[in-house]
This record gives sequence, C-alpha cells and structure tokens, in this order.
Amino acid sequence: MSADAVPPLLVLAWGNPSRGDDALGPLLAERVQAYAARHLPPGRVEVLTDFQLHIEHALDLCGRQRVLLADAECGLAQPFAVRPLQPARGAALGSHALAPAALLQVCGDLYGQAPPTTLLGIRARQFQLGAPPSAQALADLASAWRWVRAWLRGTAPACPEPPTRVQA
Amino acid sequence: MTDPTQPGSSPATAPPAPGRRIVIDPVTRVEGHGKVTLLLDADGRVQQARLHIVELRGFEQFIVGRPYWEVPVLVQRLCGICPVSHHLAACKALDRVVGAVPVPVAAERIRRLMHYGQIVQSHALHFFYLASPDLLLGFDADVAQRHIGGVAAAYPDVARQGVLLRKFGQEVIRITAGKRVHGTGSVPGGMNRAVGRDDRDALRAQVPQMLDWAEAAVDLAERLICGLPPAYAHFGDTPAAMLSLVGPRGALELYDGTLRVREADGRIADDGWSDWRYRDLIDEAVQPWSYMKFPYRRALGPDAGWYRVGPLARLQNCDHIPTPRAEARRQAFVAAHDGRLVHAVLATHWARMIELLHGVEVVAQLLDDPAILGGPLQASGPRQRGGVGVIEAPRGTLIHEYEVGDDDLIARCNLIVSTTHNNQAMNEAVRAVARQYLDGQTLTEPLLNHIEVAIRAYDPCLSCATHALGQMPLSVTLRDARGAVLDHVRRDPSGALHRGATPHPADGPA
Repeated sequence: MSADAVPPLLVLAWGNPSRGDDALGPLLAERVQAYAARHLPPGRVEVLTDFQLHIEHALDLCGRQRVLLADAECGLAQPFAVRPLQPARGAALGSHALAPAALLQVCGDLYGQAPPTTLLGIRARQFQLGAPPSAQALADLASAWRWVRAWLRGTAPACPEPPTRVQA
Repeated sequence: MTDPTQPGSSPATAPPAPGRRIVIDPVTRVEGHGKVTLLLDADGRVQQARLHIVELRGFEQFIVGRPYWEVPVLVQRLCGICPVSHHLAACKALDRVVGAVPVPVAAERIRRLMHYGQIVQSHALHFFYLASPDLLLGFDADVAQRHIGGVAAAYPDVARQGVLLRKFGQEVIRITAGKRVHGTGSVPGGMNRAVGRDDRDALRAQVPQMLDWAEAAVDLAERLICGLPPAYAHFGDTPAAMLSLVGPRGALELYDGTLRVREADGRIADDGWSDWRYRDLIDEAVQPWSYMKFPYRRALGPDAGWYRVGPLARLQNCDHIPTPRAEARRQAFVAAHDGRLVHAVLATHWARMIELLHGVEVVAQLLDDPAILGGPLQASGPRQRGGVGVIEAPRGTLIHEYEVGDDDLIARCNLIVSTTHNNQAMNEAVRAVARQYLDGQTLTEPLLNHIEVAIRAYDPCLSCATHALGQMPLSVTLRDARGAVLDHVRRDPSGALHRGATPHPADGPA
C-alpha cells in the first residue's frame, strides 16, 4: 500500500464480461496487459479490472503519475470519447458502486490530491445477460485501442474530440 | 421449507386494531430494499411496525436440482457484502454429505482465516461506510453529505483507516479464496488451495498497523456511543433473547461451535446445542405481508419466542473473548454498562468494532500458523444424505441445510440468514424508535432516517434475506382507519422529498 512502490501508470477498466457490450472494459484491460508485457518496461503500468468501481479503488489511484479509467458508455455518437476527469463531491457514491468523479473525490479527500486522470468511454449499446459483445462494440474497442496505446506511450492528445451524444 | 407465499399460520405478532397506516419505502443505505409500515391506533400512537420484505425469495428453490458441488459457489450470489459466510456455511453443511467431518487441519485453519478476514472487511464496511456517517455527521445532517464520501471530507484519517481495514480483510479473503469477492477456495470436504508464502508474508507485515487501527476503531465507536445525546441513550431499546454460537467454555466463536440462547435478563436458557439440531431449537413462522420468515424459539412459540443475533448478541452471549485485546474491550463494554445487559441498538456498533478487533487478532494468529501453507487439504468418508452448516456471519447466525439425492443433486435446501433471525427484533426496534420520534401525523426526514438508523444498526443487507429484483421508490403513506390516503411522501435517491405523489401499489390497505 506504499505510494512510492506503485507503477506510475494505472489503467482501471470495469464492466461485466457476461453482459454484452459491458465487457468492453475488461477486454480493454486484457489488451493493455498483453501490450505492456511485450512493449513496456516492467513496472511501468498496472492494470486493474473489476465489475464496478468501489471505494477501495481510491487506494489504487494513490501515487500514480497518470490514471486511465475506462468503461463502456451508452449514448455515444462516436466510437469512443476521452475527457479529463475532475473530482466531484456530488457524484453518485455508494458502498457497492460509485461514479468515476466520486472516486477521484474520495481519493483527494483521503490523500490530499488525486492524480491526473482521464476517462475513456467506449460506445456500448446492448447489455443482455450471457450475450457476447456486439461486432460494432468490438470495432469501437479497436478504434479506442489506438488512442490507448498512445496514452501508454505518453503521446496521446488529451482529448481527441469531445463526446457527442446520440439524439433521443 | 415453509411456503412464504401462503398466509402465515403462526402469526408472529397480534393483528392490530384498525387505525392509520404510515409506509416508508424503501430504506436507504441498506443493501437491498425494504419498506416500513407504521400502524397507528385511534389515538395516533404507534401500535405496530412492519418491516416489509415483499420481493420474491427464490434461492432455496433454484438451488434444488443443482449438483451439490456447485452450491458453495452459487450461494455466494446471495450477498455482495458477506459472500464468504454463505460460501463457508454451505461447505460446512456439505462436508457432512461427503463424510468429511472433520476436514483436515490445514483446511480448517485456512477456512477460519478466510472467515475472520470476512468479519474484518464486512464490519469495516458496516461501521465506516454505512453507520459512521450518521454517528459522525449527525442523524439530521444533509443527506447529500451523510455517506462515506462526507466522512472522507470531514474526517479523512477515520475514513482512510476504515477503507484500509476493509481492504486488509479483502486481501485475507483473496489469499484464501482466490478472489476478493466470490472466491472458490473452499469445497465440500476441505479446501482446493493453500495460502502462498509471499501472500502470507505481505499480510503479516500489515498486522501491527491493522491492530492499532482496529483499537482506534473501538475507541471511536465507544466515544461515539457514549457521547450520544441523552435522547439517544436508549435509541431502539428492545430487550430480547440472544442466539449465537459459542466455543469451548463459552468463548466467542464465529466459525464453528454450539448454539446458546441467553434470555434478555441474562439467564442462559439453552446451551450446547449441536448445529445439526437447530430445528429442535427454532422454527419459522410466516406473515402474509412479508416474504421474510419469522424464526422463533420452539419452547416459547411464535409470539414470545423471537430473539436477536449479531454482534450485540454475541458479545453478551459469550463468557469471554479468546484474544487479549478484544477481551479487554469486552470487559470495558460490560463495565461501562455496570454489568447490565444492553439492548439499545446503537450499542451494536460498539460491539461490532470489538469483534473487528478480535477478527484482526485471530487473523494475526492464523497468519503465524504454518498449517495454512499446505498439507492435506481435503477429506472424505461415508456419504450422508444431508447436512447442516452453522456459522456466525458478520451480522449474525447463518444456517444452511441441504439434502442431497443419490444422483448428487440438491433435493432440499433451507437457509436462515441473520437478517431473517433478526426480523422481529428489527420490527420491535423500529416500533420503539417510531414511538419516540413520530410527532403527530407529520412524516419528517429526521423520522425516516431515525428508523433507517435503527435498521442499519442490525443490518445493511436486506438483499440476502429477500434477493430483491428491481427497485422501488421511497414512499411514505399515511392512511386513516378506513384505508383512505391522508398524506403521501416519496423520497428519491438524491434524498429529496416529494409530497402528493401516487402511493406505491404495495401501500394498499392491510
């Protein structure tokens, strides 16, 4: 739990692998893990995956140079969206799940500050229990993956394009 | 198993006379969904409280027909807070089916380590995440801040210690069960994995810090409870008998022991009952307004035989705690109350933190035990038709019972979880609180939260008792003696109250 012993980069991706496009987060985590093993120095990045965010993940953020949070996202018009994330005290917070901005807020409250964090949302449309991710979702993951590799190398633009929403 | 869809043949409480009805639906910051109805008499006094559990209870049914070896994994889905308790209770019951009583020493120690890790993480979650916002920030504090995030902002050291204590417990679970949540380490007959030496050493290094923080947690709970305003000194005070496992010579024992019942006045009523005889000690009644069963002591019947389980019951049912730090704290708890038994529900949090300290002490002992690193892990023997497994889950006694056919499929299943044991005790606590805080016919935010505080002292987890599907809005309905709606309040997830909305369909006349 020592802050000075952790890898400088953290990728925390979440979702349920058994619920259609919700698997995008865990699938991205697998890709990052495999990529890091082949192309990054040992100890450069830590990859975590879970079904949802928990308060304990605030401990995992501590001491990082940069953090990437990644999740499937409903309502996106483009394949993926990237935005810098700021702490927010009013964001949803519970014992079983919490919003990404609330996670940063808890981290800041516990340790004085939260690390620079980017939120990656990958377009998702269907979440049926037992279904695999859709072909479109996998294509969107492939699009996002190019940006993630650049983020891992430190060459990614902070925000390639602002998220736009699907019209209801 | 009794059929909870049928009207109760053994009413746990006498039916009230016609009066006004107030419904609070659901209870927030309880993991699951509940609804409270307050039944008023003609004078506006709370006559009866009903904690409704109306969702479908299905686990005991869909377990039937599954292979017995799947059960320890399946039943973990009963609860996201204490899956380990279900995992181990199922294994203990199925140990008998596969003839593995006792399991090998290494398996017993690793399971015990897993269980006390679960006690630590769950008690930390219950106190720091769910209860401390009320106690530290005030029952009437802004709902938007009355959560662990608010505690982190106002008391960062307290929140950090709570989060790290929970994470320590989760890591104990991970190294024994394979995962922090929903692990698979325990199997009928023993364990399928030992503890790795590196994992063991990493946790051992944290023990001194965890012991210090657990002591600080007891200090905090004691200070908060003893410092409550006089009006809260007897909050939810409901004298009740106490049921729990105890170990040799009446020691506090959370993994395996015999059943003891102590009366509300301190007399031991029953002692030394083997877990497989639990049906001789207790039975279960049902009510038409709840899917949750109402256990009661057979000797006293459904009306008078209800009892309490959980930390407050365990701490006062045992004769001593077999670890030095927690035993000193137990003695201080007893001395602080001049030796009288305590039934005020908020004292549960103090007892809970003493158990958390005990849990860390036991984890420390077991991490020093070389048996957890390996050796024979599974046993087998003559096959049995069925088995019972009883364990002290974080919130109270947990009973699993199974019958297994010659085809290895589950033929019958009965589960009594801690929330179910405490069903009537929670109803009584809610009634006591409502009688104290209901003023006239107005339903206020403080009243709602006082009721929820009483329930949370017992249990943040109604889902394991009911397996709720979906969510209901929070609604409060006031009806007159004829069932007509006088007032209705709905509270949304943000805490905002809305008056005048349509009552929830479940709020119909009794």
